[in-house]
Amino acid sequence: MEVPIRATGLLGFTFFSLLFFVCTSSPLHSLFISNAERRIDATSHIVKVYLTLKVENAGSTPTSEVLLAFPPTQVDHLATVEVLVTKGKRKKTTLVRLDVKPTELPDAPDGAKYFTIFLANPLNSGESTTLEVLYLFTHSLEPFPAEIGQSESQLVHYRDSALILSPYHIKQQTSFIKTPSRKVESFTRVEPTNHAGTEIKYGPYEDRPPYSFSPILIHFENNSPFPVVEELVREVEISHWGNLQVTEQYTLVHGGARHKGVFSRVDFQSRPTLSGASSLRHLLARLPPRVHSVYYRDEIGNISSSHLRTDSRKSELEIEPRYPLFGGWKATFVIGYGLPLQDFLFESSDDRRYLNFTFGCPLLETVVDKLTVKVVLPEGSKDPSAVVPFPVDQHLETKYSYLDVVGRTVVVMEKKNLVPVQNSHFQVYYTFKPIFMLAEPLMLASAFFLFFVACVAYLHIDLSIRK
Amino acid sequence: MAAVANMPVSDLLKSFKLKTKQQELLIRVSILCLVYILAFITRLFSVLRYESMIHEFDPYFNYRTTLYLTQNGFYDFWNWFDYESWYPLGRIVGGTLYPGLMVTAALIYRILHFLRFAVHIREVCVLTAPFFASNTTLVAYFFGKEIWDTGAGLVAAILIAVCPGYISRSVAGSYDNEGVAIFALLFTFYLFVKAINTGSLAWSLASAFGYFYMVSAWGGYVFIINLIPLYVLVLLITGRYSMRLYVAYNCMYVLGMLLAMQIRFVGFQHVQSGEHMAAMGVFFLMQVFYFLDWVKHMLSDTKLFQAFLRITVTCAVAVGSIALGLGMLSGYISPWTGRFYSLLDPTYAKDHIPIIASVSEHQPTAWSSFMFDFHILLFLFPAGLYFCFKRLSDATIFIVMYGLTSMYFAGVMVRLILVATPAVCLISAIAVSATVKNLTVLLRSKNKGVQTGSTKGSSSSKASSKALLDQSQPFQKNGAIALLFGAFYLLSKYATHCTWVTSEAYSSPSIVLAARGAHGSRVIFDDYREAYFWLRQNTPPDAKVMSWWDYGYQITAMGNRTVIVDNNTWNNTHIATVGRAMSSYEDEAIEIMRSLDVDYVLVVFGGVTGYSSDDINKFLWMVRIGGGVFPVIKEPDYLVNGEYRVDKGAAPKMLNCLMYKLCYYRFGEMLTEYGKPPGYDRARGVEIGNKDIKLEHLEEAFTTSNWIVRIYKVKPPNNRW
Repeated sequence: MEVPIRATGLLGFTFFSLLFFVCTSSPLHSLFISNAERRIDATSHIVKVYLTLKVENAGSTPTSEVLLAFPPTQVDHLATVEVLVTKGKRKKTTLVRLDVKPTELPDAPDGAKYFTIFLANPLNSGESTTLEVLYLFTHSLEPFPAEIGQSESQLVHYRDSALILSPYHIKQQTSFIKTPSRKVESFTRVEPTNHAGTEIKYGPYEDRPPYSFSPILIHFENNSPFPVVEELVREVEISHWGNLQVTEQYTLVHGGARHKGVFSRVDFQSRPTLSGASSLRHLLARLPPRVHSVYYRDEIGNISSSHLRTDSRKSELEIEPRYPLFGGWKATFVIGYGLPLQDFLFESSDDRRYLNFTFGCPLLETVVDKLTVKVVLPEGSKDPSAVVPFPVDQHLETKYSYLDVVGRTVVVMEKKNLVPVQNSHFQVYYTFKPIFMLAEPLMLASAFFLFFVACVAYLHIDLSIRK
Repeated sequence: MAAVANMPVSDLLKSFKLKTKQQELLIRVSILCLVYILAFITRLFSVLRYESMIHEFDPYFNYRTTLYLTQNGFYDFWNWFDYESWYPLGRIVGGTLYPGLMVTAALIYRILHFLRFAVHIREVCVLTAPFFASNTTLVAYFFGKEIWDTGAGLVAAILIAVCPGYISRSVAGSYDNEGVAIFALLFTFYLFVKAINTGSLAWSLASAFGYFYMVSAWGGYVFIINLIPLYVLVLLITGRYSMRLYVAYNCMYVLGMLLAMQIRFVGFQHVQSGEHMAAMGVFFLMQVFYFLDWVKHMLSDTKLFQAFLRITVTCAVAVGSIALGLGMLSGYISPWTGRFYSLLDPTYAKDHIPIIASVSEHQPTAWSSFMFDFHILLFLFPAGLYFCFKRLSDATIFIVMYGLTSMYFAGVMVRLILVATPAVCLISAIAVSATVKNLTVLLRSKNKGVQTGSTKGSSSSKASSKALLDQSQPFQKNGAIALLFGAFYLLSKYATHCTWVTSEAYSSPSIVLAARGAHGSRVIFDDYREAYFWLRQNTPPDAKVMSWWDYGYQITAMGNRTVIVDNNTWNNTHIATVGRAMSSYEDEAIEIMRSLDVDYVLVVFGGVTGYSSDDINKFLWMVRIGGGVFPVIKEPDYLVNGEYRVDKGAAPKMLNCLMYKLCYYRFGEMLTEYGKPPGYDRARGVEIGNKDIKLEHLEEAFTTSNWIVRIYKVKPPNNRW
């Protein structure tokens, strides 16, 4: 049973972007960027890029949208884009998040992809504004060599452009790339280039025309493990008796340089810093507070190496896979826990109930390639609808659990390429009559009653044939 | 007001007041319910202390097949050819197992799911044995009731619920054939005794079906099919032949045989193999007996009958022995198997079949383990036999024979203590029940005497009547009370002993090892699962793993990889080949391994943790089994003056054979214990003799965190340019 349900606002969004398209072409050349600074953080396997753009409107008409451009190779790895703008003056500044939507432009050179930033206030001619853009790339550090032995350290390639790809003219720009250690094997020089400590500085470059591109390749050491969850299925089961049961099934892989040859336990135990430096030894999961009955197991049983720390604000579960994960090694496991229902289930104004829960993966510093969130509603609930802050694939399923007759409705949401910053909340609305809560206890009670009645009847009826 | 309120209450009490018979029934049913629950919960130590998991070795195969059965259905299971074991031979699983256990578990699973209990199949498998143990207590009650009285039945139920001899094979997680088979065994016996006592066709039909279930569940059904004919023979000899016996045995044998032949693993063995011939012989003997009885009835002349008897018996014996001889010679009737021989002659396996002798549970039983498993039952058993002989009936003869034969087998093999346990419990229950009953009867009659005395007259006459009573009676009464307390003390000691044994000895899953740490905290060694899970996740799906056969089932079930040999030791040559590879030098072993397409070699090594049942300690069996088939392997090459050692004084062949190298590879660099040189083997308490081990054709692929399991990868052959 798969009934697609439409995410609220999806239609509106397509319409909006279409509308936009028509009116973007003219202000494209009237905007220019007076100053751009880009800081690329390549210390972990999720590459974080902080981009500060000072945008000026040199045209005559006010405009309220700014375009960001990405090369097609990077767009595939792009997990999220966030834009903030500072508001207020001096000390009273606050950061305001702006809407960003992917956009298609017909005359994009070399298949460049665009994101449109919607400014809160239109930028009048001659005005300027400063945008803080944060975007994350996953799977962008390519291990080179692709296979390493146990005692070797992990070297990676990072490819980008020394110049920021932009549909606008950029007057002045600088890029900084931060590497996890001082050990940089090589990097492309686009003068002026400077390498100091753990930072490589490209620029400043002056007056570059739109779509300037200058490919660079940086080869450096990155010994952080690359935990990649290839598939994560989160199942959230609501019980109106007061419990929210969460079950998460992970397929974890170390996405770094593949392990080659021998695994020696002697070396691994006696020289932990030199041997298997990039191996994945433990992971940290941040769970909601007041978590209870936590378990950590896999297909063949419980895994005893985990620790749970709880306080009033959060719970932290530190888990170790059964064996240290070297590059290319896999592990599958399940984490399950219960949560008090009142922390997550609320009643909305229109007499419906809604579940408010985090969407993403609770493991820190982990990329999720494919995430499926299943919300199992109690038996007898109707009209489910989900509100998710980003586009997801949705459908409905039916699940049979303990003592179910008609089955429980399951809202299934799927999303690809997810990073921890996207652990935002989603809501599932549904209607539920509390009388349904009594169905199962009544069923059990009547079953026992019938059993006893049958026993009494059996004892009082003479079934023998002979008299 | 108060009086008015009191009236209905007292009325209510009166109306609730039960008759003595009803009270007795209520007490009996509640005792049985409590015993039922007790038998279940006393087996849950391992679940509470570790987790809900499958234990040991064989249960992993059963679990894997059950999983297959629930996922693919019965017909696929019946026709399953397993490519993952006995590479490259494979195994016809459907035809080489007793499907009773798996079908039972799958059925329970289906029923639970039908009732919408969404349990996992693993939980069902883990709890199957305790569930059947609970059912066994009920059967024991009814059996006891049949052979003695309800009191003996209740005591038998209680004794068997906690008896360590049975618990050892039926704790939660020990998902093995014996778990359901003991239930089936006792149930078949009970139904058969019931059939003999009543002469009813219905009961003997039921016992045939009980036998069918037993055959489907465990190879131990051979015990039933030999004990029952023996029992019938004894009844014939002692002149207890009756129509009841004739009906019960013939119906049970014929139907039971036809049903048993439906099990693929048994098939025509049931009429062709030597182990089943006794039943068939007794069956024909019964017909001759019946025929003679009929003729005797028809002929009034005793002389004529005597002559007829002589001729018939000679003819029958001659025809029978000729048929048997011809069958044996033509090979139509297969001779006894090695396992059967080793039961009759305990020294047989040691000399002829090392693979049977190498299993620790096939060793002859030590006195201590009798004491451990039976405790006071060991003393109550002869007492019970005495009571049985005092009140001989068909039923008591049966239990006596069951007790004596199974006790003999329990002495031959440790694992057969299990078969003896129900008989020992039943006979001991008779002893306990009869003793306690005698004592209480003594006490009660005494009380009655006092009571009647007191009712007769005043306090002065009471004293005089007391004096008139038998002088020895007060002493007898005190003695009875003392004896009752003694019995109570012994039985409570038994209960505490059973609980202690269950919790200490029989509740360890043996997959997960627990030890006490330096600060008294519990340390868990989960190395087996670490290694198996590594195999499952990080090796190619078609990789072949070579290990000693003990770990075969676990590797296929948990590691999901193909193995060369496993615990179903049906092909001795294949196992000997692995044994030969393990005991050869590396360059000889590589040839064997390449010919078997081996990708990984797995060894179990306890030198770091002091885990003593590892491959080095099992190694001599590999040498013996390998040498039994390949005479190039000679046991003396691995010994020094008949002594098995791994230190500097070890035999050179020992120090350089593959097993030694794989276990101790790079162990020489390892400091295991403070104040000891590197390479100190904690399991054997010596410093190893060869610290500089180089591997040429293999490389270390994985070693678990406590070194218990080490996996090596066979390197591909070098390029020849």
